[in-house]
Amino acid sequence: MAEMTYIQAISDALRLEMRRDPRVFLMGEDVGVYGGAFKVSLGFQEEFGPWRVIDMPLSETAIVGGATGAALMGLRPVAEMQFADFISCAWDHLVTVAAKQFFRGGTPVPIVVRLPSGGGFSGGPFHSQNPESSFAHIPGLKIVCPATPHDAKGLLAASIEDPNPVLFFEHKHLYRRIKGEVPEDRYTVPFGYANVHRPGNDATIVTWGAMVHTATEAADELAKEGYEAEVIDLRTLIPWDKERVLEGVQRCSKVLVLHEDTRTGGFGAEIAATIAEEAFEHLDAPVVRVAAPDMPVPFSPPLEKAFIPQVADVVAALRDLAAY
Amino acid sequence: MSTGTQTEVVMPQMGVSVSEGTITKWLRQVGDPIGRDEPLLEISTDKVDTEVPSPAEGIVVQIVVAEGETVEVGTVIAVIAPVGSAVAEPTREPEPALQPAPVPVIIPQPSAVAPPGPQPQAADLGNGKTFVSPVVARIAAEHGIDPSVVPGSGTGGRVTKKDILSYLESGAVAVPETEPAPAPELTPAPAPAPMTAEPEPVAPEPIPIAAAVLPPVPPAAAPPVPPAAPAPAPAPVAAAPAAPAPAVEAPALTPGEVLEPMTAMRRGIAEHMRRSLDTSAHVTSAIEVDMSRVVALRRKLKPEYEANHGVNVTYLAFVARAVIETLKDYPWINGEMRGEQIVTRGYVNLGFAVELADGKGLIVPVLRNAETLNLLGIAKGVADIAQRARDKKLLPDEVQGGTFTITNPGGYGTFHGTPVISQPQAAILGTYAVVKRPWVVQDEMGQDVIAIRPIMNLTLTYDHRLVDGALAGRFLRDLRERLETWDEAAY
Repeated sequence: MAEMTYIQAISDALRLEMRRDPRVFLMGEDVGVYGGAFKVSLGFQEEFGPWRVIDMPLSETAIVGGATGAALMGLRPVAEMQFADFISCAWDHLVTVAAKQFFRGGTPVPIVVRLPSGGGFSGGPFHSQNPESSFAHIPGLKIVCPATPHDAKGLLAASIEDPNPVLFFEHKHLYRRIKGEVPEDRYTVPFGYANVHRPGNDATIVTWGAMVHTATEAADELAKEGYEAEVIDLRTLIPWDKERVLEGVQRCSKVLVLHEDTRTGGFGAEIAATIAEEAFEHLDAPVVRVAAPDMPVPFSPPLEKAFIPQVADVVAALRDLAAY
Repeated sequence: MSTGTQTEVVMPQMGVSVSEGTITKWLRQVGDPIGRDEPLLEISTDKVDTEVPSPAEGIVVQIVVAEGETVEVGTVIAVIAPVGSAVAEPTREPEPALQPAPVPVIIPQPSAVAPPGPQPQAADLGNGKTFVSPVVARIAAEHGIDPSVVPGSGTGGRVTKKDILSYLESGAVAVPETEPAPAPELTPAPAPAPMTAEPEPVAPEPIPIAAAVLPPVPPAAAPPVPPAAPAPAPAPVAAAPAAPAPAVEAPALTPGEVLEPMTAMRRGIAEHMRRSLDTSAHVTSAIEVDMSRVVALRRKLKPEYEANHGVNVTYLAFVARAVIETLKDYPWINGEMRGEQIVTRGYVNLGFAVELADGKGLIVPVLRNAETLNLLGIAKGVADIAQRARDKKLLPDEVQGGTFTITNPGGYGTFHGTPVISQPQAAILGTYAVVKRPWVVQDEMGQDVIAIRPIMNLTLTYDHRLVDGALAGRFLRDLRERLETWDEAAY
């Protein structure tokens, strides 16, 4: 085991997959000579050469379209969007082609699109979004949102191995902030299994990505008063671990769904609706959602802080839930 | 409640455990004007029969549920529109056979009436205390608890899941109160969901197969249904309610037989009687009381009470007063078995079995804190609740919370009986006819002589699980002692 940052764990997984499987290659803007905007692929071109670490033009359409074609021809491309926000340029290739190709033509599209996402550093409306729920709505895509270095490494390996198009949402605000013990060898973390990031029996917080840490801090705050909330880190949204969430609902009967994405139509709504449908008789309070307001991410640091759910927001919502 | 300008009248919640009610009589018909809080209809529930006041002033524009029908609490049963308003489409289509299709009409506005202002809200029958969350409702149904008896710690006194679970753990629940609920959908499922997902070995080279775009099947075959929550700690004595008995085909009517529907009250009585006999170990002890002093006192006080207070002081009032005093020395007889614990209290809520005027029902209104009342107070209280019971004006709370009950079947001359305990109480006292009997007494010389004395039999039917025969005997002895020796000042 070695202590790694979240971003080191991602680099490590990518490097191990490229060493292990010659079909795996990386393509994206500045991923080669520059080593990537966040330095995930620093030194990769030296190790794997310019044909496996390909600098692409400023065209997300070309990147995802190219990756889809390469995958159809039997390769295992990993495409990097410099910021997740720009994936909208590649919507058509992802949603119309990659997501439906296997259903329509029987050919799998094993691509991974790495998506540095999330806010917390004044990136403004174009460099801070969490667009996972837009794609969770598209059948045929898998959605991965790791919260820890351990999961980032294991889930990236599993994403590359998966025969479907996988959107890998790596949270920028976790890159260098979060460290953890990570096995040095290759391993995978299977999709569809949540992780209990913090145990508790009084309320269940369902979340993913950077909000796992916000939720844990909030739960620790409430624990000082003897109120123990569990934090379920979904780790993957498609598929999501419904069984584990419903188990938490049955045990705790109070649920808070937390996400950094905006509220309306966020994936939290899907979770809340599922709980209402399948565990209604176990609820002791309405399912509470804590999410960003329905607006673009603001630049201004105080405004951004007001926008992204903070520990204090979760603490306040938990208190209300406790008192209900 | 109010939709636009009209007000929907819903079947009210008469007590938290009541889930449905039967409309016995509409006191107003479609087209009738009605004032706010004026009686609109009479309903019958398994707890109480009562009048329902109108939640709003206006015109009865629609009666949705006909007399004799039973509907769930919250069902819209009528619509009241303000005077002068156009009537909108009803929210529930009436049964075609029962009601003519409602036609939008303009109700003429009498000139004297002010233009419709903000509509009064329909009577707010819910509050924070009575809101029952789904999980609490389910646990209550599974264990046959009335959630309203559980102390609530949530918002507005709401009963939370924790409250009801600790209530169960305290052993407070004794018997199922409600009909067995259908099994909840999410019950038993075996395997627990994976709590953690340590890296697991997976196939090294996944082959795209037809299922490739579907969510993967977890390696260990996921359970098809979510696992059950840890079962709430079962109450010590309460078994899960038995499955409902399979419906038995009713035999066909033979000539001379007449079918009559059972009222909600009759169903409630039937259920309670059966449940009481299934719960308590009923034993009855009887004692004969020489009522000479009571008869004499009553003869003296009756004209005075009638003249000054308008109250008819009955033998029952004397007995009640002596019972309350005697119960102070026998807390278990005024107590209750709650799970594996015994509840006693420093007060007496005295229930009186009252026959309804039509002879088709029985209700047990409760005189609360009867230990604070003297003979006059008891006489007045009994007269008041008995009258209101017969007038169907009792409030649900006035038929709950009794700690001991007196039943008086002696009015027809019976001299003995074995009444059924009103659950969850420990005992019930029966009072019987006062009859003149030859009675052996001692004269002033200490010689036995036969005298004519007014004698009343009293029975105590008690739950032998809690009350031993000797205790019951001592209670009856002390009660007799009081009735035979007390003078006016003691009452």
